[in-house]
Amino acid sequence: MDSSNGNANNQWRVKVGLAEMLKGGVIMDVTTAEQARIAEQAGACAVMALERVPADIRKEGGVARMASPRIIREIMNTVSIPVMAKARIGHFAEAQVLEALEVDFIDESEVLTPADEENHIWKHDFKVPFVCGARNLGEALRRIAEGAAMIRTKGEAGSGNIVEAVRHMRAITSEMRRLTTLRGDELVHAAKELAAPLELVREVAQRGKLPVPNFSAGGIATPADAALVRQLGAEAVFVGSGIFKSSDPDKRARAIVKAATHYEDAKAVLEASEELGEAMRGLDVRQLDPKELLQTRGW
Amino acid sequence: MKIGILAVQGDYEAHARMLERLGADYVLVRTPEEAAQVEAMILPGGESTTMLKFLKGEGLEAALRVLDARGAAFFGTCAGAILLAREVRAPAQDSLGFADLVITRNAYGRQLASEVRSAPSKLKAEPLEMVFIRAPWIEEIGPGVEVLAREGGRPVLVRDGRILVATFHPELTADTTVHEYFLKLAAERPSFVASESGRASDSGRIASDAGASKFASSQPSTTRPSPMPRR
Repeated sequence: MDSSNGNANNQWRVKVGLAEMLKGGVIMDVTTAEQARIAEQAGACAVMALERVPADIRKEGGVARMASPRIIREIMNTVSIPVMAKARIGHFAEAQVLEALEVDFIDESEVLTPADEENHIWKHDFKVPFVCGARNLGEALRRIAEGAAMIRTKGEAGSGNIVEAVRHMRAITSEMRRLTTLRGDELVHAAKELAAPLELVREVAQRGKLPVPNFSAGGIATPADAALVRQLGAEAVFVGSGIFKSSDPDKRARAIVKAATHYEDAKAVLEASEELGEAMRGLDVRQLDPKELLQTRGW
Repeated sequence: MKIGILAVQGDYEAHARMLERLGADYVLVRTPEEAAQVEAMILPGGESTTMLKFLKGEGLEAALRVLDARGAAFFGTCAGAILLAREVRAPAQDSLGFADLVITRNAYGRQLASEVRSAPSKLKAEPLEMVFIRAPWIEEIGPGVEVLAREGGRPVLVRDGRILVATFHPELTADTTVHEYFLKLAAERPSFVASESGRASDSGRIASDAGASKFASSQPSTTRPSPMPRR
């Protein structure tokens, strides 16, 4: 992208480059420096610093905002792995604060209460890379057009239920497969249907994959959940509430790290699944009031 | 010759694409059994702390040490470079110690300091494009280490005998020069399986066809004058 301008192109390459470095790994939500230390020692490839994990945001309600800079800084000072933090959808001033704080990645996240119901952040304005959630290919490509250097499924954060992440990952990968079967002159209509830029639609049709890394988030609670989304095409996984809402976070974190790497080796996933203690309790997404869904935030 | 790419975490697929472009035979390595089947190893970029968990916890470290003892060539980029170093700082952490280097993690700063740069190297006449991502610094090198490229006055591409180390990511560029150099270095080491020698020279030809004469001044030595104790 932006190949007309060498500097912009190089900036884009180092953004996507950091996303490449996180592949195969597990990015864990943490709310304290101590949790960040546990996550790093368990093998997390990055941590997401936030004030409350999604399960608590769901339970406690109220407006969920960017975490306090003090907490984020403490976490940055504690671990040597990349530190991500969340900004509200469309809240570019929160993102500016996070960039000034020098976090390594910003998640423009539906888990926080949106600040703008029409516009997402124009992410090309930033030097720090962004990850955004998506439920389908059109949404993923709109976020990439705005400058997201990584896409993750939205899933249903804080639910401990993998069903929505599976739905979103299957939607994205099957829509990509379909694009690869179309004639060139059919891609204009496909772009219209997807409500996505033609240039990106053509790129996906040619390569059969997103132009940025494609990760999974939203409801991953067990090693088998991680193996499932990895086999469905996720190049890495985010685990939000799943670790620190379980009975033995350290053990569960290690187990999910192991399963995310050995996702095709059922014996290794079995080993990771033994003697884990209780997973987070989890919610049946079908029993949730549509107003309680986080995934419908953003478009 | 079969090249292994450590695939527990990181940008191992980017290395795989490079080797595909060069027509080299490779396998992704996630287990000690897979490591035992290769004759040279690439340790990719990613998070060194994560990779270290897998090396320590799943028997991969022992498998890599066996490969090293058999004279295999290794190539580490960024996190891979950290794993190969003799000593790691900021913070101190364990490493394989195959290359006589002291390395400091995240030394340029956080992601905002990540940059694409370019600098001259011994590998080709034109400057080499270098993608630095939360990159480490090579602080000290042993007497047997050859500096192949510097950037900002610091060594960024070095060779300790059959161990090649880059603090940047040649796998994230369109330029295959550094990987060609590694294939040549891997092919020229004494073959540790006699029956493999014919196949090893095939890979060597791939590298030399692509302009290996430029490398003539830096032929890989077959033994390393490394002063460090083997662990």
